[in-house]
Amino acid sequence: MTAEGSSTASTHGARDHARSQAGRVVTTMPVLPASAWTTRPEDVEADDLLWAETVAGGGYTHLRVERGTIVRLRDLEGAACAHVLLHHAVQPWERLNVADTTKVSWQAYLGRGSLLLSDQGRVLASIVDDSSGAHDAFCGTSTLAGNVARYGDGSPQGPSPAGRELFLLAAAKQGMSARDLPPSLSFFQGVRVETDGGLSFVGSAGPDRVVTLRAELPLVMLVANVAHPLDPSPSDRTSSLEVLAWRGRPTAPTDPLWTATPEGERAFLNTAAHAALLGLEPVARERV
Amino acid sequence: MTLDIDTLLAGGVVLDEVVPARAAWSTVVLAGSVLTIVDLEGNQAVDFLAYNAHDTAERYSAPDTMVRQGNIFLGMGSVLCSNESRPLLTVVADEVGRHDTIGGACSKESNSLRYGHHTVHQHGCVDNFLSVGARWGLGKRDLVSNVNWYMNVPVESDGTLGIVDGLSAPGRRLSLRAEMDTLVLVSNCPQVNNPCNGFDPTPVRMVVTRP
Repeated sequence: MTAEGSSTASTHGARDHARSQAGRVVTTMPVLPASAWTTRPEDVEADDLLWAETVAGGGYTHLRVERGTIVRLRDLEGAACAHVLLHHAVQPWERLNVADTTKVSWQAYLGRGSLLLSDQGRVLASIVDDSSGAHDAFCGTSTLAGNVARYGDGSPQGPSPAGRELFLLAAAKQGMSARDLPPSLSFFQGVRVETDGGLSFVGSAGPDRVVTLRAELPLVMLVANVAHPLDPSPSDRTSSLEVLAWRGRPTAPTDPLWTATPEGERAFLNTAAHAALLGLEPVARERV
Repeated sequence: MTLDIDTLLAGGVVLDEVVPARAAWSTVVLAGSVLTIVDLEGNQAVDFLAYNAHDTAERYSAPDTMVRQGNIFLGMGSVLCSNESRPLLTVVADEVGRHDTIGGACSKESNSLRYGHHTVHQHGCVDNFLSVGARWGLGKRDLVSNVNWYMNVPVESDGTLGIVDGLSAPGRRLSLRAEMDTLVLVSNCPQVNNPCNGFDPTPVRMVVTRP
């Protein structure tokens, strides 16, 4: 029903109304162009910044990034939880394998220097910086049924979205579906394994913590910012997550990370050979 | 309540098969039926995946299973949950005490990282899952972190983890009751580069009974 004198009763009025909203600023939004982002890292040139966004608690984002791209996740207020899945952008059936990631490194806990491995023995991304140290590669993300049980709701449009529901949306926008969602990892809310195998939630290391990833292959990154499945808080109190991406280079053989472990070195060798075969880094040959 | 395996096996036997060393195997276990696995010669890792038989997009979820029980080790009473947090199977009897679900499946590709490229052409569990999964219309996208029955993967206080000597012995059994009609894929692990099979892959026996 049209109210008397409504400004949006006509197409022209509705268009004017829509256009008058432009330029509003909220705390959780992408900024375009990214070069206009005001709080970029000191060593990053404005023109190198490719993406800049703040994702609300209960929100998600998804980025397709080139090999070498640096992606920095920042827990602004200390209650973010970045659930992350990585897929090879050229062949998305190759994707993050959390079991291989921990087994191959002989290490349960993620941190600076961790290599996030695919199921094909290659490095999808390396963690090049970490000021949190509180992460998890075991518990995956939350489900609709799980969040209904603990918060009363887990729907994407509700107050406490489940990570899996958001991953399904993010995956759909990258041409993927439920079968493309393996176990995920999460940053900024830590979990430790007790000697009896018990999982204990240690939570956040505090506000203003960052995890910086280097894409070692072209990637699709799915990110859901929702409460950790073991978070004991009776309500979903997830706070905002900053996501920045800037131009960079993949790890080089001269980087100490390349040779940090024998398993990691073979993973980098596998990755480099694959990238060269794909034509991602044409190898210059001197012709005599 | 611990169910006596001999009593479980006294139910109507639907299927009783031996899976040769290094081989793949699969079946559908109907809701209410019990699958008993027998480690015939001891210390044989049995890699295991499960799917809702009517909608295979719903499948075993190691994270949901660990979150539900608050522990990384599987054993008596563990409920294997799906990615929708629904029960697929329950461990109703266990003669070992500890099984793994963080170690994943061995593969040619991860062998190249863990042991070196000389192991790339050895057979692995992922290839078993792919070949037996294909018979049910499943492909690579359908493989997720699995269960490793009889495999021992401790985590130290500093986070160091690894596959170490097993806790099983010849004849040790475990039984799983299906909570829904469940498609089960098994790889009788062929790995010879770590102690998960005592460096000597051996056959296992699979018995499905209808109590």
